[in-house]
Amino acid sequence: MIDITAAGLDFSLIAPEIALLVAAFIILLTGYVRGLSNLSFTIAFIGLVVGIALSVGQWGQQASGFYGMVTCDNFGVAFKVMFASITLLVLLLGTRYMKSRGILKPEYYALLLISTMGMMVMANTTDLVVMFLGLEIMSIPLYVLAGFARRSLESNESGLKYFIMGSFASAFLLMGIAFIFGASGTTELRRIVADIGFIIDHHRIFLYTGVTLILVGFGFKVAAVPFHSWVPDVYQGAPTPVTAFFSVGPKAAGFAVLLRIFLFGFAGLAFLSSVFWVLAVLTMTIGNVLALRQKNVKRLLAYSSIAHAGYILVALAVGGENAISAAVFYLVAYAVFNLGGFAVVTLLETRSGCKSDFVELPGLSKAHPYLSAVLALFMFALSGFPPTVGFFGKFYLFAAAVKANFIWLTVIGVMNSFLSVYYYLRVIKASYIDPSEKSWAPVTYSPAMLVVLFITVIGTLGLGLFPQQLLQFAREAIFAFL
Amino acid sequence: MFETFFPILLLVVFATLLAILLVTFSILFGRRTKLGKKGESYECGIDPVGSTKDPVPVKFYLIAILFIIFDLEVVFLYPWAVISRKLGLFGFIEMLVFVVILLVGYFYILSRGALKWD
Repeated sequence: MIDITAAGLDFSLIAPEIALLVAAFIILLTGYVRGLSNLSFTIAFIGLVVGIALSVGQWGQQASGFYGMVTCDNFGVAFKVMFASITLLVLLLGTRYMKSRGILKPEYYALLLISTMGMMVMANTTDLVVMFLGLEIMSIPLYVLAGFARRSLESNESGLKYFIMGSFASAFLLMGIAFIFGASGTTELRRIVADIGFIIDHHRIFLYTGVTLILVGFGFKVAAVPFHSWVPDVYQGAPTPVTAFFSVGPKAAGFAVLLRIFLFGFAGLAFLSSVFWVLAVLTMTIGNVLALRQKNVKRLLAYSSIAHAGYILVALAVGGENAISAAVFYLVAYAVFNLGGFAVVTLLETRSGCKSDFVELPGLSKAHPYLSAVLALFMFALSGFPPTVGFFGKFYLFAAAVKANFIWLTVIGVMNSFLSVYYYLRVIKASYIDPSEKSWAPVTYSPAMLVVLFITVIGTLGLGLFPQQLLQFAREAIFAFL
Repeated sequence: MFETFFPILLLVVFATLLAILLVTFSILFGRRTKLGKKGESYECGIDPVGSTKDPVPVKFYLIAILFIIFDLEVVFLYPWAVISRKLGLFGFIEMLVFVVILLVGYFYILSRGALKWD
């Protein structure tokens, strides 16, 4: 038995998580007190900024605490900063929308913060059980957020579907961790790495079963085919800012953990590469093919998010330093332009009755030329045109794949990228070329929304023109990873 | 061997005696009715026969869930209480943090009026 004393606990390692949790608590306590209820947004904002600042302060540190339960390294810190920034952008882009639908409640902020904290816990550890804990802290608020528009049938459907599928996936994951524990006697990845040869020799079946179950569990979370069936309905039904959060936050968290588990913990298992090869090809192809015939922008973005998960899975199949840094690069880039795309959709949907179907888009370019230009920019970024950052994200990924001799995987990936151009261009065609009869209601920009659009546009173009900086950052993030 | 398990033996004997005692008392001193509700199987107060689709106030569900949360809090308090001396002040503060976290939830519940029955 470990003798637990205060000396083993270094709270500076989990300071960002504590900041978010405290902010969430303050929101819950003051949210329904008369006179203080308007402060929720400010408190959430401050909590996130403090969280980002504290995470940045951990950069460059290589420390482990809480008896090996918490590991602080650049990889985790990079993701923590990313999660908190994503939530910050979602907070800014969503407030007006939630208010217009009458569902801006203090719980919205609190749940977002707690979910972000769960993601941070996931990224900040090398222990499988703590990863599971983080996953649950992340997921349970997400189930509630998906069904946050209580009066809307679609939102209810979204919440229920996500809850059932998500808890089903969690069960797989937990069973997998149990098998791994049975095979290796530990849930700590570093000790598994040290013993991997022995475990393969003696407990092969347990190990393989466990690894497969863990893969299934996280496959659900990052929406890899064949575990993607929940994505379109959940994305379409949830309130749009929440969908924006779904499409980048949990996905990044899922990939952070996948990269850690499969490219660090189980790097010694050669067959995993071919498993990820198949998963990547399936996810890319099926995501893109199903996206071709969508008639709703939110659903289209849902399928596109499946396809993008496929591109990142390429990195897991390839492995190695180049692929991992490319995956981190891609996740950051994807977060920027996907949040931008959802910001535009949110803006359009703030007008009452708009459900962002394709038939509602015509006339946008005449009525709101700037907005439609921004939308077009994000669509170009999603499909991977230069000079947007989307191009370099794909370029680095496929370059890493070619370098490691995954020629066919690269060919299929590039063909998929070409395929995806078709449906992204359909959005642009609908807003620019299709004839429109009706006149457009004015779109009101809130200052917060302008900030979000500004950041995402600058990010998409700026990082596209100077990708080296971001790549350098990604390299440093994984410096101590292997 | 015997010394280790003697308390358990004591418990078994005591439990058996108590059961016998209570049943005997109720036979000797109890009033007997063989009719009506007493003949039905016990279902926590719900009618055992009839439609299962009777509307039940959703508040039951809410209260039950809240009960579970605070019930589990006690479950975690027990193992701590067993070794609280050994953990000392540090363990006490840790437990305090845990309870305060749940207390935040309690105050939130109160402020939302989830415990008001009417």
